[in-house]
Amino acid sequence: MTAKKIDARGLSCPQPVVLTSQAIREGADALEIVVDNEVSKENLLRLAKKYNMRADVREENQDIVIQMSK
Amino acid sequence: MGNFCATRTGIIIVGGSIGIMATLLQYLGNPPNMGICVACFERDIAGALGLHRAAIVQYIRPEIIGFVLGAFIISLFVGEHRPRGGSSPLIRFFLGTFAMIGALVFLGCPWRTLLRIAGGDLNAIVGLAGLAMGIFGGVLFLKNGYSLGRSQPQKPWSGYVFPAFMLGLFLLLLFSVSFSEGGPIFFSASGPGSMHAPLWISIAAGLIVGVIAQRSRFCTMGAFRDVMLIRDFHLISGVAALLIAAFAMNLLLGQFKLGFEGQPIAHTDHVWNFLGMSLAGLAFVLAGGCPGRQLFLSGEGDLDAGVFALGMIFGAAFSHNFAMASSPKGVAAFGPTGVIAGLIFCLVIGFAMRERVKS
Repeated sequence: MTAKKIDARGLSCPQPVVLTSQAIREGADALEIVVDNEVSKENLLRLAKKYNMRADVREENQDIVIQMSK
Repeated sequence: MGNFCATRTGIIIVGGSIGIMATLLQYLGNPPNMGICVACFERDIAGALGLHRAAIVQYIRPEIIGFVLGAFIISLFVGEHRPRGGSSPLIRFFLGTFAMIGALVFLGCPWRTLLRIAGGDLNAIVGLAGLAMGIFGGVLFLKNGYSLGRSQPQKPWSGYVFPAFMLGLFLLLLFSVSFSEGGPIFFSASGPGSMHAPLWISIAAGLIVGVIAQRSRFCTMGAFRDVMLIRDFHLISGVAALLIAAFAMNLLLGQFKLGFEGQPIAHTDHVWNFLGMSLAGLAFVLAGGCPGRQLFLSGEGDLDAGVFALGMIFGAAFSHNFAMASSPKGVAAFGPTGVIAGLIFCLVIGFAMRERVKS
């Protein structure tokens, strides 16, 4: 299943989390979220834990990509 | 290298530390139940600059300066200083203005709300209920797609402007600069503006809070918002720690007095305490942070947060000049007007800035 992609760059708290949790509630079980700051990364990792999802983080250019999957 | 302050244990220690420092600042001279109040202190700065002329609340508060500079320094050190901006700055400016108007009707920001509760001021429970209500309203907008839009990376030196402004204020304070006979910089001779801890203690405390709050992402509004929005209890654990630590310290220091009547720098108009803080809470959600958080963000290079903070300073000047700021005697002539205008503004913005239909 292809991951749902979310571009959350330039969005400030709580939007990255809102968009991601909305996608999860709509049924996505694999997501790829791009953020551009540590705070969003921390918040999303906490969200992944809450939903019992696995989260992998990698850096791409100046951005942070978080891959979440069930 | 992980960020310990951003863990659950970390933020609890941070919250507790802030509660302890705030009560100590009060013990060492800051106004009662006002060891730290971002709204009141920004109002005092507005007064010191002569933007309003309420003589009893004029003092350049080093705590505010420390918040920005502490966050600035630590963010540079850990590589989180990242100039960004351009997300509806004008709207954020007026959100700050109305947040301050609401806060000054209640006589406190969320930080002071917690400290007043920790001091036994039951009027602040009413204020907290109002704050929660306003945050709840903001959460509804967030769930319906409200967004002020993306910010863009800005050039490096734009992230130095707000810290430099704060440093400038500190120098004006340090050298007690006077620009003209009977003119600013003003220093209250009586009233809350004359009550302050020694300068070096205030700036040190502010810097420490700036550092630990930046690292922990401490936010008194986010605390309530996250419980309502995503059932997340991370931020609120820090807030609870602040409240408990401040309460314990107040008992130790003899700064606790339970009741509604006769509370320091407070009034008992329950309706407007509630509604004033509802406006503040709603505005903080729409702007993405409590007033303390906005200062820490501004130190990190978030220009939109800096604009919000300036909006709050403008709002404080406006509030006092236009008889909107409350006093221990109660609400002022146009306080309710200001709150209603602010609620209308926030509701309009909340609806107008939606980006998608709720799915």
